[in-house]
Amino acid sequence: MEVSVSDFDNLKATELRLGLPGIDAPEKPAPVSPRGSKRALLKANEECWPGTSKSLEADTSNQEAQPMAKAQVIGWPPIRSYRKNSFKARKAEVEAAGLFVKVSMDGAPYLRKIDLKVYKGYKELREALDNMFRCFSTGELSGMEGCNGSEYAITYEDKDGDWMLVGDVPWEMFISSCKRLRIMRRSEATGMPSSP
Amino acid sequence: MPAGGGWAAMFPDEVWEHVFSFLAADGDRNAVSLVCRGWYHIERRSRRRIFVGNCYAIAPTVAVRRFPNVRVVSIKGKPHFADFNLVPSDWGGHADAWVAAMAEGWPLLEELHLKRMVVTDECLELLARSFKNFRVLALSFCEGVSTAGLAAIAANCRNLRELDLQETVVEENCVHWLSHFPESSTSLVNLSIASLEEDVNIAVLEHLVSRCTNLKTLKLNYAVPLDRLVNLLCRAPQLANLGTGRFTAEYRPELFSKLESAFASCKSMKSLSGICEAVPEYLPAIYPICDGLTSLNLCDAPVNGASLTKLVSRCKNLQRLWVMDVIEDDGLAAVASSCKLLQELRVFPCDPYGADPVSLTEHGLVTVSTGCPMLQSVLYFCRQMTNDALFAVARSSPNLTCFRLCIIDPHTPDYVTLEPLDAGFSAIVESCKDLRRLSVSGLLTNNVFRSIGASADCLEMLSIAFAGDSDAGLHYILSGCKSLRKLEIRDCPFGDKALLANAAKLETMRSLWMSSCFVSLGACRLLAQKMPLLNVEVMDEKKRGGSWDSQPDDCLVEKLYVYRTVAGQRSDTPPCVWTV
Repeated sequence: MEVSVSDFDNLKATELRLGLPGIDAPEKPAPVSPRGSKRALLKANEECWPGTSKSLEADTSNQEAQPMAKAQVIGWPPIRSYRKNSFKARKAEVEAAGLFVKVSMDGAPYLRKIDLKVYKGYKELREALDNMFRCFSTGELSGMEGCNGSEYAITYEDKDGDWMLVGDVPWEMFISSCKRLRIMRRSEATGMPSSP
Repeated sequence: MPAGGGWAAMFPDEVWEHVFSFLAADGDRNAVSLVCRGWYHIERRSRRRIFVGNCYAIAPTVAVRRFPNVRVVSIKGKPHFADFNLVPSDWGGHADAWVAAMAEGWPLLEELHLKRMVVTDECLELLARSFKNFRVLALSFCEGVSTAGLAAIAANCRNLRELDLQETVVEENCVHWLSHFPESSTSLVNLSIASLEEDVNIAVLEHLVSRCTNLKTLKLNYAVPLDRLVNLLCRAPQLANLGTGRFTAEYRPELFSKLESAFASCKSMKSLSGICEAVPEYLPAIYPICDGLTSLNLCDAPVNGASLTKLVSRCKNLQRLWVMDVIEDDGLAAVASSCKLLQELRVFPCDPYGADPVSLTEHGLVTVSTGCPMLQSVLYFCRQMTNDALFAVARSSPNLTCFRLCIIDPHTPDYVTLEPLDAGFSAIVESCKDLRRLSVSGLLTNNVFRSIGASADCLEMLSIAFAGDSDAGLHYILSGCKSLRKLEIRDCPFGDKALLANAAKLETMRSLWMSSCFVSLGACRLLAQKMPLLNVEVMDEKKRGGSWDSQPDDCLVEKLYVYRTVAGQRSDTPPCVWTV
């Protein structure tokens, strides 16, 4: 499916004669090169010309010469990396810097982000959220320990996508499964639907 | 038949032209041009499409002169291994000379398809000025253009139907290039800008999409967020091929249901890609179109296997699936049982350098091969393989035309028997008689090359890395493989003898690439001397400005690229490349 290399006017039988090395050209000596044991294989190769059995030592010394195990080789594996790299960079950014989760509050015009690793337990978390969102609420935020006076409930979304009430599980378990927080009005909290 | 070559005159030229117009394949038209002088001229004047597999195989002016009435041209530049950073960045593949010659000789040009070439804004500006009927610009895996060049195309190509920048790197310096499409421009059928990294003006994009009522293909870039996707889909429910931008957002039920309805209104959707960084919550919004999808590309969606499996299981009519290895063997088993029409499978590694274990093994491949009787094309990255698995694939998928297996760690043997994978790959080439493309990997000795050389009669492209024991391996390939056109080799113990003994073969091929092998400069000199129709290019990126002439014969060549050409030595080689 290519442009024809030889066009009609130049059509001629091109008879190419190329003898085996040793007829036209002098036999080449094994090259000396500072590349280490990989190149020493050439000597083994010279005995391995078609028909003769392969030499196994070629294979094993190849493996020794190239510490492939986990070293990155240029262009290997053969995947185009430019876009995949930028995705990985974004992913790395996100994972590197602590356990930041978004916090939204019903009725608030913007969200906040907090680092869960900073807090030692639920009490501290509750206090921090209280401070952060005080300006948007009329009363205290605390929605845990059955505190009926509060207008809000603090909920979180876990790894499975379900919305859970904060406070039921041990703190360590909570921070490992919490993906985001939502401070919702108590009136909504009682009739919380299951995850879609 | 009248004597003396006058038989072509039996019919007027127009009749022959009409006859030739039924020949679609370039090979057939080439054959026609060899019959007699009369047919040569009739054919060349009536040829409308040409494909140039190597931009340096023929001089642009010669091509333009020979075929004066071309409307559609495809040109490829850099060797395939340029995709993996093995080719020096300044190697070449410049489109300038081609665009200049085409501007002179083909004023009625309608379509330009370039792959792996270096294109400049000046090229695009010249293009926009020179071709009144220009309709299709497809730049894949190209580089060198900026959004200023795209603006020129947008502004001046009145009847532009397709602007496709697949995987092309674009320097983004003109934020408002999209605005250069005039209000009157309504002809777009394909707008593919997935490779752009920066923001585009989405309001302008929405307006463009609204007025281009024939738009069938829209591939957005990462910068387009999910909520704007909804607006775009609502403006273009007729879309057949969609590439989304980023598919991630904080979960909001109303956004989800808007997205779901938008997809539901796209009754013609056949192909879906993008879905960048998808979060599981939003994937179900795609379900409405799954049944109609024939092509699904999830390479940018490293979502957990379970979510992927749920999505793919609904795509009963899928013919092409590109996915990451996070789908795991279980996901592929679901593919095998749900996607009975599957023809092409590509599985890419999500974390190729990492040690994260992923449960994608040879079993996934075997399951798909056994379960999908129409499987023709496979590209599979994995970490382990057995000969038995390859035997199974050879048995279940004898109609494979493309088999590319990449076992991530070089020299990996059959992990059960610890033997080389020679037997497995041999089974593949012996069973798959129509195999046109093959990539081998894992621990391989010369035996596999003996089988390939002997059995792979239809093989046109072969890729070899970290394999073989000696020159004999290369000799088996070059002395066999009747249909071989492209051979690319890296890090194999192949050298001078095989190359020189098979020099004539190289003239029957488009190109040969060898890097980190054992080829000496002396052999290259000899090859170049014996074969005037080959360009023998040697490359060494450490050599800048030093003279190649003074290098001794026995010095090893790091990178070698040999290709046939009627254009002689090219004049645009950078310092690190020398045409011997």
